Amino acid sequence: MSEPTGPTLLDPVQMGRPVGRLDGRRKVLGVAPYAVEHEAEGAAQAAMVASTVPRGRVRSIDATAARALPGVLAVLDHTNAPRVADGEDREFAPLQDDTVWFRRQPVALVVAESSEVAREAAALVAVEYDEEPAEVGLRPDSPRLYTPEKLSDGSESDTSAGDVEAALAAATHVVDETYATPYEHNNPMEPHATIATWHGEDAGLGDGPVLTLVDSTQGVHAVRSSLAPVLGIEPERLEVVAPYVGGGFGSKGAPHVNVVLAALAAKALAPRPVRLTVTRQQMFALVGYRTATIQHFRLGADADGRLTAISHDVLEQSAAIKEFVEQTGSPTRSMYAAPNRRTTHRVARLDVAIPFWMRAPGEMPGMFAHEVAMDELAHRCGLDPIELRVRNEPDVDPETGHPFGRRRLLECLRRGAERFGWEEGPRAPLSRREGDWLVGTGVASSTYPANAMPGNEATVTFEHGCYAVGIGAADIGTGSWTSLTQVTADALGVGLEQIRLGIGDTRYPSASVAGGSSGLSSWGIAITAAARAFREQHGDRPSEGASATAGMPDNPDLQEYALNSYGAHFAKVRVHADTGQIRVPRMLGVFSVGRAVNPTTLRSQFLGGMVMGLSAALFEESVRDPRFGHVVTQDLASYHVAANADVADLDAIWLDDDVETHLNPMGSRGAGEIGIVGSPAAIVNAVFDATGVRVRDLPVTADKLLAGLLPQRERDHVLGDASA
Amino acid sequence: MTPFTYTRAHDPASAVAAVAGRPDAVFLAGGSNLVDHLKLGVATPGEVVDVTGLALTGIEDGSDGGLRIGAGVRNSDPAADARVRERYPVLARALLAGASPQIRHQASTAGNLLQRTRCVYFQDTTTPCNKREPGSGCSAIGGYERYAAILGASPACVATHPSDLAVALRVLDASVVVLGPDGERRLPFGELHRLPGDDPSRDTTLAHGELVTAVELPAPPPGARSTYVKVRDRASYAFALVSVAALLVPSDAGDPRDAAQVRLAFGGVAHVPWRATRAEEALTGVRLTDEAIDAAVELELEAATTSEGTAYKRAMLRGTVRAALRELSTGERTLR
Ligand SMILES: Cc1cc2nc3c(=O)[nH]c(=O)nc-3n(C[C@H](O)[C@H](O)[C@H](O)COP(=O)(O)OP(=O)(O)OC[C@H]3O[C@@H](n4cnc5c(N)ncnc54)[C@H](O)[C@@H]3O)c2cc1C
Repeated sequence: MSEPTGPTLLDPVQMGRPVGRLDGRRKVLGVAPYAVEHEAEGAAQAAMVASTVPRGRVRSIDATAARALPGVLAVLDHTNAPRVADGEDREFAPLQDDTVWFRRQPVALVVAESSEVAREAAALVAVEYDEEPAEVGLRPDSPRLYTPEKLSDGSESDTSAGDVEAALAAATHVVDETYATPYEHNNPMEPHATIATWHGEDAGLGDGPVLTLVDSTQGVHAVRSSLAPVLGIEPERLEVVAPYVGGGFGSKGAPHVNVVLAALAAKALAPRPVRLTVTRQQMFALVGYRTATIQHFRLGADADGRLTAISHDVLEQSAAIKEFVEQTGSPTRSMYAAPNRRTTHRVARLDVAIPFWMRAPGEMPGMFAHEVAMDELAHRCGLDPIELRVRNEPDVDPETGHPFGRRRLLECLRRGAERFGWEEGPRAPLSRREGDWLVGTGVASSTYPANAMPGNEATVTFEHGCYAVGIGAADIGTGSWTSLTQVTADALGVGLEQIRLGIGDTRYPSASVAGGSSGLSSWGIAITAAARAFREQHGDRPSEGASATAGMPDNPDLQEYALNSYGAHFAKVRVHADTGQIRVPRMLGVFSVGRAVNPTTLRSQFLGGMVMGLSAALFEESVRDPRFGHVVTQDLASYHVAANADVADLDAIWLDDDVETHLNPMGSRGAGEIGIVGSPAAIVNAVFDATGVRVRDLPVTADKLLAGLLPQRERDHVLGDASA
Repeated sequence: MTPFTYTRAHDPASAVAAVAGRPDAVFLAGGSNLVDHLKLGVATPGEVVDVTGLALTGIEDGSDGGLRIGAGVRNSDPAADARVRERYPVLARALLAGASPQIRHQASTAGNLLQRTRCVYFQDTTTPCNKREPGSGCSAIGGYERYAAILGASPACVATHPSDLAVALRVLDASVVVLGPDGERRLPFGELHRLPGDDPSRDTTLAHGELVTAVELPAPPPGARSTYVKVRDRASYAFALVSVAALLVPSDAGDPRDAAQVRLAFGGVAHVPWRATRAEEALTGVRLTDEAIDAAVELELEAATTSEGTAYKRAMLRGTVRAALRELSTGERTLR
């Protein structure tokens, strides 16, 4: 390979084509198996028993009635469950002691001949607790607030440059507001589910898998590397399989307690396979969620609207049992130019379930606050919100001083303004009405870091005239089967029909998770390296069985450039003047994410992200009842996500000639998350434009607007003035 | 799920006998509510008597210009029936405002009326609920109250009745035909559901084993217009925050805002579909200006008790009634 000066780009032949999903037919026919649909002869079924106190100790467990039920095979609890080898990560040490860390934590597991019997028996397990006082609500004055060592993206908790207070004191225009985002749950269609089979140490002449997990995960190797030490198995002997996954949105980016429970049950019942499906209700406690945030945002600007200060202080929540710190303030550090900047994070570890990644963790809530604050500033400065952003475009990354790879935010905003029909000039709230509906438009910027994760490796083997390419990547419904095949074809310089891709299995080389919008980048880098190594070693006419394996070449550009994707969201909303009901007739997203490896699946990621942004803006909220400690809106009838009728004219486009030259050989940057970043702010800003009511806590609902909506006569007055 | 016996009834009388004869027996229609409850442990019957095989699936013309809708008619059918759409738009619209197409195909008329509250604490067997477990307490009070009642609630229960259909039937002065062990009886629709009082475990006045066989609609008043306006967070597939069924008979006089008769029923505010008789009285013979409508709704709400979680319902109800009556008087439908 040549010297390390950033990636050598591939020639796009298959890349860039809207290739239909290669697994589409199998999915439509219902023959692409999801986790629990895999064959597992004689599998037993497991059901969890959840704690009914938020904190305390299990005093006693009486499983007599459960054991007496015909078909019950075992009831495991902390007194009899197999021991884990390493219980340091307490999420992965269930049934090891009597401690209750949060309500709905599993305290016992029933294994039975059928799922019906297992669930019935689980309901019959009688558990008594010594309850202890718990703190379950996120309060600004919580005594548990502390400064975390690092955020979950590895960055510092607090950053500071210049003198924010002095700059704010001297600023002509100031925004000083508090924004809040609620708990949200990922809710992929396919619940978290596992089939575990414990073969034992002697399996396969001593080097076969000790344990096989067919799991619904965003990364088979992540499951292996997290759980092998927990279960005391050599990593190579923990086999993980996940060819098809029904969504994850981050919640399957690492294993959760359910996978460990399945493994422990399989060990107890070895060699019998055990199926464990998390119920929809249990998903609201066991598989992660987006933490709630309370964000104090301050902006200072001079008379022209040039930012002098950006200050973002974040309060958020984590769990007593395990720390997870959302990187809410991270995007603020690189978004706009201002000489004086600060971000802080304070976290309270409460007696609650463990928060985790949810699509654009950090960026989504953080950019909601930032982009609504920018809209407020535009309003205060009397500027068009796009013009405000133009005036505050940084030349270099404000945080690191590094040059941007290619920052095309303003092009996204301008292209979007043109296509959307954005009316230039300062906003005049309450100035448009269609019948009984108040109409408004809003805009917000979007950004997401261009990530490539380390630790990827791929192998290419020539077999029967085709190239078998293996990497333990994942397709969680995003289209990786297809786009990776395209990348592989171009890396080898052959057609799609000559590629036999293998992913979703630890029998293939190590791969990072489908998360952080990094999958295609990270896997594509390794695949391209393996393809190039293959060609170097075997030429264009390889012999049968020729093979090459390679990892990721060094990429010094990663240290020298700030690499991010950018986007602009536009939204039109209608608010019913009498009832406060909100509808979003139009959304447009314009993105710069590097090359479109597959325009069809790319667009689908944007649209999906934007729908999730719409959902976050208007609907999604997990209500944790402070008296009990668990989420009480724990099904999809009470936890609302956008329905078809909520999505009207939705469009996503991307900039032409967009090739990222610093990150990977495909010229792409990743697109899974940017659609949800900024879109909630665009909607909230549009609601303000329509109604003059500024809602600073998500979701924006009719009841929050009603209080602020002017009575009819006053509204007529304002409208009369505006049109006069 | 607790084991239970499943039987299929072949005629109404034997269905009644089967359930009446066993205190822990229940009727099963479309199952879209009951089966959820079986899975959640909210319902633990010993016997489930399937009534979908009974011939209660007709929509028939009544002799008086009304309609008779069988208890087993699927929710999607009356919504699509030309007679219903023409004579009782409020009914078709209420049905279409409910659930999803799949659920409407599955759900029956009787099952819809007898579905139980969606209160999250009722559905969660780990939290106290007087309706599910008498005497255990009401978790909704002081908890998640967004969908709670503001009219006719009691210290024992603030649950709301979730059905949209029921609100429409309430405004149409329907009656319910019921078969019991002692034969058939008819009751005015307003007497089917009951307020919680100190026994929220009972949603209706039906005795155990009484089978709903039909709903009867009288002919609508001549010239009547009717509509259903439902306010919810998302545009479909959500229960009402508040809803209004309205019927208006225009007066012969010139201004369309003068009504000879106004009927109103509210959903999402009470343990029953709430007939707003005080507001109706206040609006009789009055020009339907926004101010008059607001005042009438306020009069109805004099008896209301709201909390932090439900305070919004006052303004929302006023706005929803305005929207409904404006639609009926101008003939312009702005909310759907
Ligand atoms: C996600 C979701 C959203 C929904 N949204 C809405 C909505 O927006 N608006 C709305 O109105 N509804 C909504 N529904 C509720 C739905 O309309 C009801 O579940 C349905 O109407 C119940 O009818 P069923 O035939 O399935 O009843 P079942 O579940 O079979 O029975 C319900 C109850 O009625 C009793 N019963 C049934 N038939 C008889 C009879 N003939 N005589 C006496 N007792 C009987 C049963 O014993 C049981 O107690 C929703 C439901 C779901 C799951």
